[in-house]
Amino acid sequence: MPEHPGKNAIEVRGVRKVFGTGENQVAALDTVSVSIRENEFFTLLGPSGCGKTTLLRLIAGFDFPTAGEILLHGQDIAPLPPFKRPVNTVFQSYALFPHMTVAQNIGFGLEMLGKPKAEIEARVAQMLKLVKMEALKARRTSQISGGQQQRVALARALAPQPKVLLLDEPLSALDYKLRKEMQIELKRLQNETGITFIFVTHDQEEALTMSDRIAVMSAGKILQVGTPRDIYDRPAERFVADFIGETNFLPGTVVSKKPGVATVKFASNATISAGYPEGFDPSGEVTLVVRPEHADLVPDPAKGTIGGTLSNIVYFGTDTHYHVKLDGGGEDFIVRHQNSRSSAVTFETGAKVGIQFEEDAARVLKD
Amino acid sequence: MTTATLSPIPLSKAASFEAQAEKAGARRNRLLSLPALIIIGIFGVLPLIIICVYSFLVAAPYGGVQWQFSTDAYLNFLFQRDIFDDTLQFTPDFLIIYLRSFLFAVVTTIICLLLGFPTAYFMATRSPAQRNWWVLLITIPFWSNLLVRTLAIMFIIRDEGLINNALIGLGVIDKPITMLYTNFAIQLGLLYAFLPFMVLPLYSSLEKLDFRLIEAAYDLYATRRQVLWRVIIPLSKPGIIAGCLLVFIPALGAYVTPLILGGGVHLMIGDLIAQQFGSGRNWPLGCAQALILMAAVLVALFFYVRNTSGKLQHG
Repeated sequence: MPEHPGKNAIEVRGVRKVFGTGENQVAALDTVSVSIRENEFFTLLGPSGCGKTTLLRLIAGFDFPTAGEILLHGQDIAPLPPFKRPVNTVFQSYALFPHMTVAQNIGFGLEMLGKPKAEIEARVAQMLKLVKMEALKARRTSQISGGQQQRVALARALAPQPKVLLLDEPLSALDYKLRKEMQIELKRLQNETGITFIFVTHDQEEALTMSDRIAVMSAGKILQVGTPRDIYDRPAERFVADFIGETNFLPGTVVSKKPGVATVKFASNATISAGYPEGFDPSGEVTLVVRPEHADLVPDPAKGTIGGTLSNIVYFGTDTHYHVKLDGGGEDFIVRHQNSRSSAVTFETGAKVGIQFEEDAARVLKD
Repeated sequence: MTTATLSPIPLSKAASFEAQAEKAGARRNRLLSLPALIIIGIFGVLPLIIICVYSFLVAAPYGGVQWQFSTDAYLNFLFQRDIFDDTLQFTPDFLIIYLRSFLFAVVTTIICLLLGFPTAYFMATRSPAQRNWWVLLITIPFWSNLLVRTLAIMFIIRDEGLINNALIGLGVIDKPITMLYTNFAIQLGLLYAFLPFMVLPLYSSLEKLDFRLIEAAYDLYATRRQVLWRVIIPLSKPGIIAGCLLVFIPALGAYVTPLILGGGVHLMIGDLIAQQFGSGRNWPLGCAQALILMAAVLVALFFYVRNTSGKLQHG
């Protein structure tokens, strides 16, 4: 019996996956545990080689875990072959059958399940409508564009009404505009079908805009699981902060500490109090992270938390990035300003400036 | 002087220049294929014409032909002229040899396909470095002459050969099993000779197969058997067709293998035709037999290609 019946679609418990034998052994997944809720848009995010695709393939059944269990609605599916799992995959390469038409591709899963012909036809028609491909149903998959192939791949995976839909970087082959369109389309499909989506991507922006929750992975481990806002605003580790969005890293030394808040001194002798994640005990040399948009630039260096010299101004249309060479040395600190019509203050490169940020904008993180 | 030529050329004229240039290009391309065409013409088409002409002539007593029109060669294929009363009597001897050859060729093709497909699949699923070694291994038989290899089979399967000696030595049998000069020997020889011709085109087809499609099919609830029939076989269709043609056609006209392993007792078409030019001293009959074989192959091919392309697409 599952612990929370009906709550978790997928539960991954202590899963390890080792490739190779003897000295060439590589642990692609190092004892990963995660629960994915029903009707959730869940994203596995990480750089290539972090194990996210391996985890997806274990859930799909293309590979089998070295250790651990994978539960689908409380039932261990780890030993089942892919054709016995009520889980379907949208492949990065789409993997559409080139010898079949669009409609035949979409109906393939239902046909293999031995559904009656009338039911298959009705469901295929419904799916074609859902992904807006009715007009091209008789085409070969080689005769349609990349974006259309993507829709067919989605329809094919959704047609058998899987309990969970797995998506392996499905948008990576599309150009920017089409990718934006498909992101919205995917979200719509998830809402309409109510199916749990597990989405794999290395694109942090994609993950932030589409997901209900994100698991950030690195080197075979899950570093943090949370909502996009959690992950962005309260990263648990330096890697997470670095991987998602732009971040400034400030080296400093812990001088005093209260529960949840540490006071850190910079090389310039300025001090600041900043929060730190649970289960982390900051001491000695630490890194402070500040998001570029959580910092402000002031003309008077004395009024800033830290001071420096403006070395570069980069205009991005919607906002402007100010690169500041810090007085204490180290990497440039970037401040992002949203541009507005009435920007009163103007800065010039070479000027002495101060960088201001609130206490809760800075966090002390584990390296 | 030059200013005059700078005036714009009318569009129609420009178009005609372009067309001319295109034509010149096409002519050059045709020229490139000329050497091959000459070779095909002299050594392919011309002999075929000679065979065609000879088949309608009368046999000279010691080989060669007499320049006199006759359809006897074709009549002789199915009928025998009685020496005494000159009537035609139906004799199925040649027809039986043809049918038997077809049967041999069909059985060879089917068994080669059944053995070759798993072999090619195995090869195609190895790592790229390993694959090259497997291809090399498959082509090793080509390093020595077919005649030599066929003689080797003879030494293996004859009464005092490797197999019989081993079985007798082990006490499994007391008397040697006769294998040489039987239909079994011919069939074995044909299988051995043509298996690589099946494996290689199948391999080249399967190697190009996108194995992610197989994963996709498994993911969509297809069992292993369904994946084979619905995905792997349809997608390796070009290899299956090429392999079957490369085995069936030469197997039908096989000459060395049935001659050596059949001991001249169990004739196949190739031996029959060769006989007409040698001891038979009936060149027109040999020519007619060769042409009938060619026609039969063409007809069989036509139906085969038409059927397989249709079936595999909708199956």
